[in-house]
Amino acid sequence: MNNLLWLIPVLPLLGFLILSLAGKSLSKTSIALIGVGSVSLSALITILIGLNFLNDPPAAGFISQTLYTWIEIGNFKPEITFLLDPLSLVFVFVITFIGALIHVYSAGFMKGDKDYSRFFASMNLFVFSMLVLVLADNLLLLYLGWEGVGLCSYLLIGFWYENPQNGYAARKAFIMTRIGDTAMAIALFMIFSWFASLQISDILLKAPQLFQQGDTTITIIALLLLAGGIGKSAQLPLQNWLPDAMAGPSPVSALIHAATMVTAGVYLIARMNVIFELAPIAQMTVAIIGAATLLIAGFSACTQYDIKRVLAYSTISQIGYMFLALGLGAWTAAIFHFMIHAFFKALLFLAAGAIIETLHHEHNMFKMGGLKNKMPVIFWTFLIGSASLAALPLISAGFYSKDPILWYAWSAEKGNMIFWAIALLGAFITAAYTCRMVIVTFWGSSKTEIGHMPGSLMTTPLLVLAFFSVVAGFIELPHNFGHFTLFSDFLHPVLPEVTMGNETWPEWIFQLMASLATFGGIYISYQLYSKNPALILRLKQSSLATALYQFWFLGWGFDRLYDILFVKPLTYLSNINKNDIVDQIYSGISFISIKLYRLLSYTQSGSLRWYAMGLLLGAIIILTIQIVT
Amino acid sequence: MNTTIPPETVMLLAALLFVLGIAGVIIRKNIIFMLLSVEIMLNSAGLAFIIAGAKWAQPDGQIMFIFILAMAAAEVSIGLALILQIYHQHKSMDIDRLKEMNG
Repeated sequence: MNNLLWLIPVLPLLGFLILSLAGKSLSKTSIALIGVGSVSLSALITILIGLNFLNDPPAAGFISQTLYTWIEIGNFKPEITFLLDPLSLVFVFVITFIGALIHVYSAGFMKGDKDYSRFFASMNLFVFSMLVLVLADNLLLLYLGWEGVGLCSYLLIGFWYENPQNGYAARKAFIMTRIGDTAMAIALFMIFSWFASLQISDILLKAPQLFQQGDTTITIIALLLLAGGIGKSAQLPLQNWLPDAMAGPSPVSALIHAATMVTAGVYLIARMNVIFELAPIAQMTVAIIGAATLLIAGFSACTQYDIKRVLAYSTISQIGYMFLALGLGAWTAAIFHFMIHAFFKALLFLAAGAIIETLHHEHNMFKMGGLKNKMPVIFWTFLIGSASLAALPLISAGFYSKDPILWYAWSAEKGNMIFWAIALLGAFITAAYTCRMVIVTFWGSSKTEIGHMPGSLMTTPLLVLAFFSVVAGFIELPHNFGHFTLFSDFLHPVLPEVTMGNETWPEWIFQLMASLATFGGIYISYQLYSKNPALILRLKQSSLATALYQFWFLGWGFDRLYDILFVKPLTYLSNINKNDIVDQIYSGISFISIKLYRLLSYTQSGSLRWYAMGLLLGAIIILTIQIVT
Repeated sequence: MNTTIPPETVMLLAALLFVLGIAGVIIRKNIIFMLLSVEIMLNSAGLAFIIAGAKWAQPDGQIMFIFILAMAAAEVSIGLALILQIYHQHKSMDIDRLKEMNG
């Protein structure tokens, strides 16, 4: 069974190859069969291997399979080796399982599109790259997957390339993540020069022997890795590509920009946990970045009117929670939140995509309204996803994954009150914007005509995801009730336990406050958007509120800041240098040559007497020199 | 009556002839005169060889002069033939009008 591991990434690759080579000549049905089938088979194999892994854990703690040696130069010998340990199993499960559901959904969602095969080819390539990323046993292979997902993200954001705006969004996403990728490549060089190996197990083993806690080198490596993670995971200060990435089709947003690719940074940091434990400054930076991002993105989400942009900002914010947890050393809590987030955020994106499709590509949720009774399946699944996002206590999975992060934010050794306060405020904002989104979309009066309803191909994945958005939370219950830690027990062989430090109030007070924050957020939104709309009008009249609204709406002005700091100077410089300053030297040389040639060509007059004169002068000069010297 | 002319005087004469020849080549526009000037230069060189041979009592100078003479004869015949052809084609002996380059 376990030696089928290689099939998990190879099947989507095969799907990609078939679709990209022969996609033009295949019928839509066979394209869908190949595209969906390859990922579904991977999911099936993953589940089989996963069950095997759980029932009969391998003695070494992981399964590994070497396909072949990639490069062999002296000691440097990266192999194409897939390694499945509990951490990568969680990621592989999420990628293939949610990926398969999203592929099924896409088969319905994209059926009217003329580039059906290109879509599935890119999606399959994405799944392959992402699987390579999480299954890689050395950093070089991981980097291959890392760049592969970046490429697919670019291809799929710009999928509808006829609109130049989409191409711009795609380039923006690619370039912004590229900044992080460059930092990560430097980190790999440094790791190789210090460890003489890119094998992840080697690095994790050798790091504590090579470095003291807090050494400069290890801190720099950790910070560079973090920069790579920030780029991919859309964290401060490289977060502003993600809202624009919503230009891609909704299944792409669900798969790449919510469930999987954007959490690659979380995976990288969790995988390199030993390095981050050795660099307390870097780990603190992770926590600070996470906390700042979750707050900033949360406020921005409150002001968006495009339903997908609300979800995009909430994704940034939720990944901020994961980073916060990673920074606190609560590794398993971060991974748990990743998994739950993947379920409910994929669900929300797919449901939003279904709504947008039904309402003739209407993205503005203030033009939706009153969909509660018209689209019951979408409504209920969206409501479940939203409850999970808002972390509705006890019944939603989001509560069980977010609550530990809030608790560790203060009680963990690296935590403090500020982190907790920010996380709590973030929870409040999350509930507020989620509730706003639900109320505005589904209640009130209908404002747009409804087109054809989504078919069962699209609704079935929603139901499955909704089921998991509720149930998945129960595999990890808080310490004070249930104390059922299936998920973290499963991960602890690879990820260390969180070190508790600060004496605080008992855990139930934290849970109570988190619940109060959630209900408070819901109540505020209910008041503003349903009960008392006059309040909003009054808010709109104050100039401070509108200024703040504009500021948040534009994502805290990061786009404008980067425009002034980088884009404007660059275009200005390139305008100056239109004629290429370096080239001036060479055109100068050719200019002088031409001038000299014109000058000398006067001597070639064809006048024999001048030549004789020249001869004579030359002879006289030479003779003079001979005589004088 | 064995008066010898000092070689310096003869050399001076040769130099004078040579300068005259050169001046002729440069100043004259008529090709025939230019050819004549070249002949003068050749003869001045020949004279210089003879006087040098006489000074050191060597026969080389005179041998050299015979060579120069033969060459001059050949040169003159070719040169005159060329001049004839030029005159037939261009109806002019002016060297400046014959140039075909525009440099």
